[in-house]
Amino acid sequence: MENHSELFYALSHDALSDGPEVKRRAAMAQFLPLMRDMAMDEFGAFEELRQHVKRVRQHTLDNLDYYLARFELEATNNGNQVHFASDGAELNSIVLDICQQHNARRVAKGKSMVTEETGLNHYLERGGLDVVETDLGEYIVQQAGETPSHIVGPALHKSRESIRDLFLEKHALGERELNEPADIVAEARRVLRETFLTADVGIIGANALVADTGYSMLVTNEGNGDLCANLPSVLIVCTTLDRLLPRGEDASAMQRLLVRSATGQPQTCYTSFYSGPRREDDSDGPLETHIVLLDNERTDILASDYREVLQCIRCGACMNHCPIFAAVGGHSYGSVYPGPVGSVLTPLLSSLEQAEALPNACTSCGRCAEVCPADIPLPDLLRDLRHDLSEQKVTPRRWRFGMRLHAFVAARPGLYRALTNLGFGLLARLGRKKGSFQHLPLAGGWTSARDFPAPQGKTFMAQYQARQAIDE
Amino acid sequence: MNDTTAPQVSLFVTCLADLMRPSVAFAALRLLEQAGCEVSVPTEQTCCGQPGYNSGEFASAIPLAKRTIELFEHAEYVVAPSGSCAGMIAHHYPRLLEGAWRERALALAEKTWELTSFLTDVVKLDTAPAHPTALPPITYHDSCAGLREMGVREQPRQLLKTLCDVEVAEMHQSDVCCGFGGTFCAKMPGISAQMADDKLASAAATEAAILTGGDLGCLLNLAGRARREGLAIEVRHVAEILSGDLYGPAIGEGDH
Ligand code: SF4
Repeated sequence: MENHSELFYALSHDALSDGPEVKRRAAMAQFLPLMRDMAMDEFGAFEELRQHVKRVRQHTLDNLDYYLARFELEATNNGNQVHFASDGAELNSIVLDICQQHNARRVAKGKSMVTEETGLNHYLERGGLDVVETDLGEYIVQQAGETPSHIVGPALHKSRESIRDLFLEKHALGERELNEPADIVAEARRVLRETFLTADVGIIGANALVADTGYSMLVTNEGNGDLCANLPSVLIVCTTLDRLLPRGEDASAMQRLLVRSATGQPQTCYTSFYSGPRREDDSDGPLETHIVLLDNERTDILASDYREVLQCIRCGACMNHCPIFAAVGGHSYGSVYPGPVGSVLTPLLSSLEQAEALPNACTSCGRCAEVCPADIPLPDLLRDLRHDLSEQKVTPRRWRFGMRLHAFVAARPGLYRALTNLGFGLLARLGRKKGSFQHLPLAGGWTSARDFPAPQGKTFMAQYQARQAIDE
Repeated sequence: MNDTTAPQVSLFVTCLADLMRPSVAFAALRLLEQAGCEVSVPTEQTCCGQPGYNSGEFASAIPLAKRTIELFEHAEYVVAPSGSCAGMIAHHYPRLLEGAWRERALALAEKTWELTSFLTDVVKLDTAPAHPTALPPITYHDSCAGLREMGVREQPRQLLKTLCDVEVAEMHQSDVCCGFGGTFCAKMPGISAQMADDKLASAAATEAAILTGGDLGCLLNLAGRARREGLAIEVRHVAEILSGDLYGPAIGEGDH
């Protein structure tokens, strides 16, 4: 997917004025946190498991070289071919090569954010392949020519009516009208079954890579991942190298947090471990399997002050709880990873200049960090990015200058009192009658959306010191 | 008063209370004195440095953090009528500073409190102020920093109950951000206004006459948006209500 996070201001502005969408997003923002909270309450031991998983993730990242080597060895012993891709272009060309070696015509894809990151679908299509997304949400956005708006619910932004209209337009439906959700799902299933049976290559992502067995783990609710992995004769697993975990039990511990955080379920419907190609006595499975591990800035992030963001297990809870995500929707972020974690990742994957708006699209309310199962201090990381923006002079000069001026004055109490007594005294007199101002010079950002409440009167310090003087 | 056993409190006034709404700081003073504290107000204080810090201008925030530490570290307790300023001192100074300054920041953090939690958890204020008339229904907005950095949730509700005999009319999602966020509200006013509108709609649904909270930043944002949209709800700081100061104009209201 192309990154256009520089459009955040424009896209979010448009999103805010789209009435029905605003309502739908508000409804989701009520519903998803509720599901998550209920699941966590029922589970009880959230904090212990969270700290455990965090330690495991940190340990793995600290020793990534070791676990990568181990994984590669075990996966190769299982009969997989393991590839490393330093950037998106390299991943795309490795995958296309494999498809071409097998004269593939059709590819069935399971849900994968990493291949969204690299823009794999378009690349394969340009290479002459027919690529079909098989996750229902992904299939819908693919049909609509859109991109996912959420890492767990890619079509969260679409209403049932719009999906029905889309199918009526794109599918040959004859008399059928798809009035019930079940009809819409059945229609998608009909098309996707056909895809599974005719695809030459299956491509899936991985939620975890298990170093000591060389297995990869994938969780889905629709089972489409398993069909992509087992029906076509060639399987390609595409993921990033930070998905590594030492042991199978670590993957299962992570999965318990992941699913509850994502959808409020105790389990997904399908959690599968893939070991490699079909063995002699197996009755099914792919004949050939590849695992492509993408770096794309991850090792740089690992070496930076932002390494904690690599603990992310892609549950989407931070976006479900972010009031800004709720207000503007995932597409406003203009990148594959929206919401709080996306606002950290996107600038690191692209550039501070391009993604300047994202670290600022945060009130530091802390709700994301409160729910993040990987215990990532997202508001702190976003603030650190603002620091980088300022250091590298990407922040507009007037902001940097304004803050410096404020600090200069605030460090000099005499000057501070003189200026504030004058300025706020004047404002208080001017505003006493009406109580607030509709316009105020130098406060245009504030007054463009709200009135500016007038100060009450003399400053506290002026009043307090006057009282002290009388008492003495 | 010169009682040596009385808790010695240094009041952190907060710049917004100082400049915009002194009645909040006076209310805090009265409440602390009612609770038997001996309160001092270091008059050299200005701002905790939060605007610069949250904008990523750490170099601007550091000198202000050091000043605040110097001014307040000798206190027995530091109390602020704001979860976000208390959170800045207790939570973020140690993050911002290094070495010996960090140690001093950590020591200060130990004794820094948000007003309502200090009143319930430390000095256990339970004497009721005189409220001549019954209060109208009140709803409470949980400001983010107070809630998540300083653990303020039940304390103001409990005080409203014991001091004012009023039960908070709980709004839906009272713990979701109102869109203030310091400079956020000026940088992204459209998103901020949407968030404030959601909050104001939740508050209106409770049919409360007063929307209160523990942080002036949020309250100025909500009052400003309510005024812009012509909503009738009064916005007041919880310290004012607790201290019985309910008769002057609410935030953003004129002097009728
Ligand atoms: S940052 Fe945390 S909450 Fe957000 S997707 Fe990643 S693991 Fe989930």
